[in-house]
Amino acid sequence: MVQVHMTVNGEPVTADVEPRLLLVHFVRQTLGLTGTHWGCDTSNCGTCVLWLDGVPVKSCTVLTVMADGHAVRTVEDLERGGRLDPVQQGFMEEHGLQCGFCTPGMMLTARWLLDRNPDPTEAEIREAISGQICRCTGYENIVRAIRWAAAHPHAVEVPS
Amino acid sequence: MRVPAAFEYERAESVPHALALLARHGSEARVVAGGHSLLPMMKLRLAQPACLIDINGLTGLSYIREEAGQLRLGAMTRHAELLASALAARHFPLLGDAERVIADPIVRNRGTIGGSLCQADPAEDLSAAFAAAKALAVIEGGGGIRTVPIAEFHRGPYETAVAPDELLTEVRLPIRPGAGSAYEKVERRVGDWAIAAVGAVVWLEGDVVQDVGIGLAAVGAPHFHAAEAEAALRGRAPDAAAIAAAAALAAEHARPTADQRGPVDYKRHLVGELTGRALRRAVARARGREG
Repeated sequence: MVQVHMTVNGEPVTADVEPRLLLVHFVRQTLGLTGTHWGCDTSNCGTCVLWLDGVPVKSCTVLTVMADGHAVRTVEDLERGGRLDPVQQGFMEEHGLQCGFCTPGMMLTARWLLDRNPDPTEAEIREAISGQICRCTGYENIVRAIRWAAAHPHAVEVPS
Repeated sequence: MRVPAAFEYERAESVPHALALLARHGSEARVVAGGHSLLPMMKLRLAQPACLIDINGLTGLSYIREEAGQLRLGAMTRHAELLASALAARHFPLLGDAERVIADPIVRNRGTIGGSLCQADPAEDLSAAFAAAKALAVIEGGGGIRTVPIAEFHRGPYETAVAPDELLTEVRLPIRPGAGSAYEKVERRVGDWAIAAVGAVVWLEGDVVQDVGIGLAAVGAPHFHAAEAEAALRGRAPDAAAIAAAAALAAEHARPTADQRGPVDYKRHLVGELTGRALRRAVARARGREG
């Protein structure tokens, strides 16, 4: 076992892990943050995307020990203080999800894109999410949802 | 759930430390960088190292710079960094062409150029691009630093000149005047490995091809290299007939195998077509016109 220290959504975390424990399983099973989904296991589908030091990565292909000393951000951190991220609101407004399986990864990639490019073209959005698969094939609405978020850059209240 | 078999984990703090760890653990150890080739193979037990030496902490190996007439790429440079590099694009636009079609943006955030080269997958795109650019691989070991031409780097599928106690630290691309370059790839879908791909670099002197490099991925070319096609074009004007002749030679000498990505005839056809396209764009870029 190896002891790791990291921050997850801003909170310090310390744990003893097997070197072979993948980051997706650490986040889901050890920390109970099940918003990060576990899908193809081959770094193709992108539902396990989370941020490592501010950059989206496929966490089924990152060892937990590789996150030692680094900052992890998961989909649970998009909503802050009762306020949804505009990307979350956009997925609601534009019906950007059907089954919801790909949604956490899609939203984290969308947030990363908008942070770097606040007004992306449709082509730029499609390129950004090209490593992520929506098995419901709801890409049109996912693109619309991200465009909605670009057009409404300020967080909105969680509807009661 | 697919997880790797158990292994011992070591984290390298410096290049000398990585070399010491490699010397201590021998051929049972593997270096891991981005892990996007190695970890999937470990999940499938196609690779089962007893020890992983993590070099992600070697941030000093992450750079793209021009030095001593060469474009120098640190082995830990992430694919996304190479894609974003204006310096790399200015000297070798084929690198950007290739990076745009390597995996997907999220994988490119993590995968490294050194890892891609050392994985030595026969369909790996940068290997063909570097072959075209006549790059040099810098390899460090206990005995010091050696430089290996890229044509001698790949020993075969998944096999390189890097010994078990050595580390690839840098790739150098000689910068010469009159250069133009391009990379052309056909894949089944976005992010997939190539069905066939061709990288071309031409160095023009007036209207003559002073030198040319042509690299092929996924079609069985020895060392990712189309030597016959290069020889046919060298010293000639890069007109339509000369490019067509080189493209035909590249196709003739390629050794693709049939697999789920296509039959031999189709892949051979692609080699000819893509060689022509890559050469035409490379020549246009050498002449200052985007092809």
